[in-house]
Amino acid sequence: MSVSAFAELLERLTFTPGRLGKLALMQNWFATQGDPDRGIGLAALAGELVFRTAKPALLRDLIAQRTDPTLFALSYDYVGDLAETIALLWPPDAGSNLPPLSLTEVVETLETAPKAELPQILTSWLNSLDAGSRLALIKLVTGGLRVGASARLAKTALAEWAKVDVGEIEEVWHGVAPPYRSLFAWLEGQGPRPDPNGAPVFRPLMLAHPLEARDLAALNAPDWRAEWKWDGIRVQLTAGPGGARLWSRSGEDISGGFPEILDAMTFHGVADGELLVLRDGEVAPFADLQQRLNRKVVTAKMLREFPAAVRLYDLLFDGEEDLRALPFDERRARLEAWYAREHPQRMDLSPLIPFTSMAELAEIRAGTRAASIEGLMLKRGDSPYTPGRIRGPWWKWKRDPLSIDAVLMYAQRGHGRRSSFYSDYTFGLWRGEELVPVGKAYSGYSDVELLWLDKWIRNHTINRFGPVREVERGLVLEVAFDAAQYSTRHKSGVALRFPRISRLRRDKPVEEADRLETLEALIESRIAVPAEDTPSE
Amino acid sequence: MPPHPETWLRVTPSGLFCEPGGFYIDPQRGVDRAVVTHGHSDHARPGHTHVLATAETLAVMRERMGEDRAGVTQQPLGYGQVLDINGVRLWLRPAGHVLGSAQVCLEWQGSRVVVSGDYKRRPDPTCAPFEPERCDVFVTEATFALPVFIHPPADHEIARLLRSVELFPERTHVIGCYALGKAQRLIALLRQAGWDAPIPLHGALMRICRLYEELGVPLGELVPATVQGKQKLAGAIVLAPPSAIADRWARRLDDPLPCLASGWMQVRQRAKQGGVELPMVISDHADWPELLATCAEVEAGEVWVTHGREEALIHALGLRGVRGRALHLVGLGEEEEDE
Repeated sequence: MSVSAFAELLERLTFTPGRLGKLALMQNWFATQGDPDRGIGLAALAGELVFRTAKPALLRDLIAQRTDPTLFALSYDYVGDLAETIALLWPPDAGSNLPPLSLTEVVETLETAPKAELPQILTSWLNSLDAGSRLALIKLVTGGLRVGASARLAKTALAEWAKVDVGEIEEVWHGVAPPYRSLFAWLEGQGPRPDPNGAPVFRPLMLAHPLEARDLAALNAPDWRAEWKWDGIRVQLTAGPGGARLWSRSGEDISGGFPEILDAMTFHGVADGELLVLRDGEVAPFADLQQRLNRKVVTAKMLREFPAAVRLYDLLFDGEEDLRALPFDERRARLEAWYAREHPQRMDLSPLIPFTSMAELAEIRAGTRAASIEGLMLKRGDSPYTPGRIRGPWWKWKRDPLSIDAVLMYAQRGHGRRSSFYSDYTFGLWRGEELVPVGKAYSGYSDVELLWLDKWIRNHTINRFGPVREVERGLVLEVAFDAAQYSTRHKSGVALRFPRISRLRRDKPVEEADRLETLEALIESRIAVPAEDTPSE
Repeated sequence: MPPHPETWLRVTPSGLFCEPGGFYIDPQRGVDRAVVTHGHSDHARPGHTHVLATAETLAVMRERMGEDRAGVTQQPLGYGQVLDINGVRLWLRPAGHVLGSAQVCLEWQGSRVVVSGDYKRRPDPTCAPFEPERCDVFVTEATFALPVFIHPPADHEIARLLRSVELFPERTHVIGCYALGKAQRLIALLRQAGWDAPIPLHGALMRICRLYEELGVPLGELVPATVQGKQKLAGAIVLAPPSAIADRWARRLDDPLPCLASGWMQVRQRAKQGGVELPMVISDHADWPELLATCAEVEAGEVWVTHGREEALIHALGLRGVRGRALHLVGLGEEEEDE
């Protein structure tokens, strides 16, 4: 199959906002492409294709030899993206009658070609392709497809196509390599299960359901263990002779962003815990952890100012021994023994909270007002570690939300099914005579309320900035949120955790909406980074 | 030595004015005598006393602005017929842009100017193809005058659309397209590609489609989108104005997949604005190579650029030894921002 088919896949992925649509497009790719192209496509989507020889500078040179500098500058200025400008500007060679370029040829050639021949190879390829395919080729050879599809999503599409659990693909993933012939053979029942050979593997996490009142009534205290629900991000730590990896909740490899954690993973096993920024044992506000997320490289300054740590709460493997079938109490004992033995740096244990009755636990929950704690986790003492979100064995019991009455200031259209609705709302509070934006919410309302809000916004627009509408100061929204944290990144100085619209206060005059001081009084931890230390983005 | 066109064809606040002939071409406000290249509202304005255009353009003007605003007197002129207006010879050549679109060819004392209006060089089953005319000054648009604009063949884009309909049969593909010209060309291209199903239309497109059919352009079965049930629209290809595809109107469709057919779709950032999921690069304007080829073909020593990205075009013409001049005509290109 040709590069042009792959180009069409990339283009559709780029423009398809919904997860389901992206999954359908990728499944169609696996279903319609043969070996080895389907596997090369998978590798590209999963970010597993890296060619060190082709750099953007090379492409810039090639286009400079072929275009007038003024026309290039005008074009680049208009398009804004170098790869796309080159793809569109490349003068097509009408005389090129090469057979359609295949993905396989691209990959095999790039892996073996000497660097000196690269300009000539790329030139002949670009000459033979149309603009869409040129863009796909440039993205492929320089890395970074940026089509809004993660490795995990590609694996999920593969699993759905092959009708297996995505966990099974994760288990063998590091035993296979592009173009994944053995993986496809196994999924089609034509070959043996690939052997991951001790390489670090992501194990899908066990997740909790939110606890509701009716579930609470049925809980018998002695059956349950309680922990704090930390306000960080859930991670899995996998280490052994095959290497070490830090995975996000969805199985993205985030090792590169947290070298200090990787350095501390000298053990052999798989642990489950919460990634936090810790200063002198104090959990920093989530905004601090956000500084560390989604980064490929970390500066020494970042490491110093936002030191990461992991608070452990489960052990899935001790060495090669799979503990997941054991009950929680046994795993907890193994975790404590393992921790006492290994004592890994930058890690501590999330303590168990003693309690004797559910009423006592409810009191503890009501009293949790530290910013780093979102509430409680309840885990059955006899629960095995079961991947996925199963109702019953684990509950998250968040503390009651806080709320403010804020004024709607700006609205933006949503995505996908909501693209015709103004569904993202920026709201503000009074500071003196002016309104200061304090947050943005895009959930919490009912369908009926959304319709009403959309209409109200269209009828009360006073300004438009691209997709954003500024509205009259005329509508009060009751906004619920989990915590208010001190922030130097927001104009108001406050960041809200999980804000959502809980009620439309059409009855309330905007002058009676809350003041910023009211929100400031709800900030629980005053730990924040001084403004001059805030890294520039 | 024939007079230089600058001496008898001038830019005025109302638009291009032919002084010896006493008429304007595509004037932006009501004038006594107007020659109109085509029916798009940024070229055909209401309120002129006398209007000269092709019969099709006059019909479009009457349909869009009403009999009373489309000129007190309307004078149809067929392609190739020559008029003499106060010593200025005037005739029309097809511009290939939309049905009835014409280039205005003018000759005075041996000096010849062609005012092309908007034009394209690609085949279009709904209108007569562009005919180049040799001239001393060629007056051109420059809507897509950057070398990044090289429109792919329209049938490739239609094929992508049909593959998408196959892949997402439960969704309704709704194509945003301009009501005059683009909508009818898309329908004709779909019919050529074998799409025989009735095509549901947004109300704003229906009138012009009916007019095209009356003027002899068959479009197959067209139905109003509004009276169809949601279920019936699943799997359908629906046409609507660009402003409607991601707005309230589209809510009546079943899980709509917004598409947009426009030359602007060539550039991703532009295409990503407005929630388009399937951008289709189908344009009724000349792309960059076609602009340059046309300027060369008419052998004009001088090219005047009415509107668009004149900087790049004038630079490129300069490299070819042709003098370029930006007219900065106000008002043109407005209606067609989204083509």
